[in-house]
This record gives sequence, C-alpha cells and structure tokens, in this order.
Amino acid sequence: MEVKKAFITSLPVLAGYLVLGMGFGIMMRAAGYGILWVLAMSLTCFSGTLQYVGVELLAGPAGIIQTAITSLVVNARYMFYGISMIEKYKNTGKYKPYLIFALTDETYTLLSEETPEGCDENRYRFLVSFFNHCYWIAGGAIGNLIGRVLPFSSRGVEFSMTAIFVASFTEQWLSGKNRFSAAVGLITTLACLLIFGADWFLIPAMLIITLILSFFRKREVSDK
Amino acid sequence: MKHSLILVAIMSGVTILIRFFPFIVFRGKREAPAFIVYLGEVLPQAIIGMLVIYCLRNIKLTASPFGLPELIAVAFVVLLQAIKHNTLLSVIGGTAAYMILVQLVF
Repeated sequence: MEVKKAFITSLPVLAGYLVLGMGFGIMMRAAGYGILWVLAMSLTCFSGTLQYVGVELLAGPAGIIQTAITSLVVNARYMFYGISMIEKYKNTGKYKPYLIFALTDETYTLLSEETPEGCDENRYRFLVSFFNHCYWIAGGAIGNLIGRVLPFSSRGVEFSMTAIFVASFTEQWLSGKNRFSAAVGLITTLACLLIFGADWFLIPAMLIITLILSFFRKREVSDK
Repeated sequence: MKHSLILVAIMSGVTILIRFFPFIVFRGKREAPAFIVYLGEVLPQAIIGMLVIYCLRNIKLTASPFGLPELIAVAFVVLLQAIKHNTLLSVIGGTAAYMILVQLVF
C-alpha cells in the first residue's frame, strides 16, 4: 500500500534525479573520479547543488576551510527546512534519522503535501525519501559508468525540478492555505535575488522571510 | 586521494550537520516553543515559493531569449495544475514543453 503510493508520489522526481545524477557522474568521471567516489558522495551527501560544486572543489583541489564554507553556504537552506519540520517529524520513531538526512528540496516539497488516505504516514515519508535517494544514486552510477550523455538530447530535462516546485506552489495556492506566507516567500526571494545577485540571495531571503512571518504572528497574537 | 577523501567527508559532514542541527536544538519529547510550531505551519508555503525563484535564478532577462522558455513553461505548469490537479502530469507536460522550447524553438 505505502510502497505503491510512495512510488507514485516520487515519480515526478524520477527523471530529474536520474538525469541530473548522470550529469554529476559524468563530471566526476571527467575529473578522474570513478564509481566508488560517486557512490560515496551520492550516498552520504545527497545534495545535488553541492555535489555539482563539489566536483570543482575536488578538481581544484580546494582547501579544507574553503570546502567547509562552500558546503555551509550552498546548503544553509536545509536548516530552514528542518525548522519547519520539527513538529512534523517529531513522532517519526525509527525513521527519523533517515528522514532528516534525506530531506532534499524535492523530497521536502513532495512531503509538504498531505499523506494519501490510508497510508502509515511515517512509512510513506520514509519510502518517498528512499525512492528519491535511489534515483539520485542510480543516476550518478549510470552517468559515471557510461561517461557520456544519452544518445538523445536531454537538454531541458532539469526543468522538471522547477516544475515540481511550481506545481506544488500552484496546488497549495489554490487550496487557499497560507497564501500570505506563499506570497511572502515568492516576493521576498525575488527581491533578494534582484538586490544581492544569484550567488548570495538565498541566506538574506531566508532571514527576511522568517522576520516578516514572525512580525505578522506577533500582530495576530496581540490582536486577540 | 587522501585530500579528496577529506574533502568528500567535509562536504557530507557539513551537509549532515546542517540537516540535523534544528532537530538537535529542539530535541526531546517536550513541546517545541509556540514560535517553532507557528513556523512549521507557515514556512512550507514560503519555502516552496522561495524554491521556485531559486530554480529560476540564472535566467538572463536582458539577453535573448529573455527567459521566455522558462516563463512560458512555468505558465504552462500553473495552467495544467489548476485544471487537472495532478502533479505528475504537470511536471511531465511542463518539462516536455520546456524541452521543445529550448531544443527546437529558441
């Protein structure tokens, strides 16, 4: 039951993770790193953006401090996800460590929607996270072993990641739930992108979103 | 080899620490502060809005094709989702539209 539902939920991620994973595997091979390196990184890091940047850090080779700071800046957004999941993941029992470890952008978005009727919620969340992790590992391994792109052009397939966020945003907007915070997230991030540029906008955006949302909570409370 | 191993360990270690940090701070059975409960309710929608912009961060609006493939495909995803309410369908349709746009049109 949960296996089937979780698999269906994970399907929108399948193509994107396979192809982006392959891209990572191919880049690693070009930099002289074989399958064991790819598996080690996809298994333990499981962060698309950092793994792509990581190929350059390895090839540099970058220093220890630079690698640590880059990892921190690139992935700081995961802390933001964690804060919003503390309550949701509170009673997840034996699945908790893995659920926390495997919380990518895409898994976070898929799991922010309601669990299908009749599913054991924790098992379902675990399976969605696990399937996505498998796609990512498989993509990296395939790309590294083949070492070149697919015979047909897959250019543009990375848009499937964007499409997941846009579809989820639309669905939640239409449901009428928390439209205010949806608008705050979208507009604040856009403003920060225009002000700070594509390399540095995310951390200020997260801080300002938190500030705005907490300001409006205070007002709600004092209104009562 | 040894240096590469250290770098991989740092990347994974830092990422794992970031992911676990909020849960370590608010661990235990006791109730999380009301503020954290509130953030848990309102942040997901804001984060998904943030991710939409994050994915589109490298569009150049000032040079050809002026972000048109992305904007058209995003509009198509919104439309599909609003009509059919099926995420998988919206993702497949939007991605197909985008691939056609970047490979054949622009």
